[in-house]
Amino acid sequence: MDIQDIIKPENLVYQKTKLLTDTPMHYCPGCSHGVVHKILAELIDEMGLQDKSIGVAPVGCAVFAYNYIDIDWQEAAHGRAPAVATGISRVNPDAFVFTYQGDGDLASIGAAEIMHACNRGENILVIFINNGIYGMTGGQMAPTTLEGMVTATTPNGRNVELNGYPMRITNLIAQLPGTSYVTRQSVHTAGGVRKCKKAVKKAIQNVLDKKGTSFVEVVSTCNSGWKLSPVASNKWMEENMIPYYPLGDMKDSVKGEHSEN
Amino acid sequence: MAKVIGAVVVDKEACKGCSVCVEACPHDVLALHLEVNSKGYHYSYMQNPEACVGCANCGVVCPDTCITVYRAKAS
Repeated sequence: MDIQDIIKPENLVYQKTKLLTDTPMHYCPGCSHGVVHKILAELIDEMGLQDKSIGVAPVGCAVFAYNYIDIDWQEAAHGRAPAVATGISRVNPDAFVFTYQGDGDLASIGAAEIMHACNRGENILVIFINNGIYGMTGGQMAPTTLEGMVTATTPNGRNVELNGYPMRITNLIAQLPGTSYVTRQSVHTAGGVRKCKKAVKKAIQNVLDKKGTSFVEVVSTCNSGWKLSPVASNKWMEENMIPYYPLGDMKDSVKGEHSEN
Repeated sequence: MAKVIGAVVVDKEACKGCSVCVEACPHDVLALHLEVNSKGYHYSYMQNPEACVGCANCGVVCPDTCITVYRAKAS
């Protein structure tokens, strides 16, 4: 069979969702942000939420997220996305409000905002991209940087005596009674992407059902910051990040119930 | 011979040559081209088109969503 005979609309199995704009993404080649944007855009399209979705963009590499997904967006100050999302979801209780944050934004400068938004059980979805580094500003140490990991500000590797321990902030958030669904996923393999999409779909449904805050951490790569090729950084992540940040659901209940963890 | 046959169309200009799709392909269909696109990236292409089964793993992992996948029953 000739390839031109296969390339017909009736044989289509996978294509770019119409919610992703044609703006070329500014992310580095192989960056996990693109995959997570795609998962969100596909789900918002499939669940028919384009008109009622409001995203809150962070400060970090994903600061331009509003250029790539064709929904309503609001830009927030560094780390303050959950506070902005709180306001938006309280005045628009029927909207689907989500924040999209990195580890420098969420776990460092915005640690108080995310803790209290989750503790209040705001009806929002939080997407947390954890690549263990401040990617946009040149690869400095983040709270989630692994012990011994070399970054621009820890040239000899992170020293826990000096810099503290890598923070598993998702585990802390799972303890809060305001959260309903807390999970950690990855997008480095096709299977991982499909699992992550299922988790995000469940989290969106929880927000629509007003069950409380849903929190999805995505263990990601920053190949420019890690100074590795995209394929090598996926492998490095599998060998180093995932043992410290194990994948899976941490909490699946409704707001007000305590986690078993 | 496989019962299904697939085909992959890569948007050459959108591809950044990260080769994540090359790794994700279970049948070694994709490879990076020796030529580059206008941005200077070695874009992905079907080096071994007859092995493609249209599983769409490449499209799913592509961060720039530049891959479209088709699948048909083999005649």
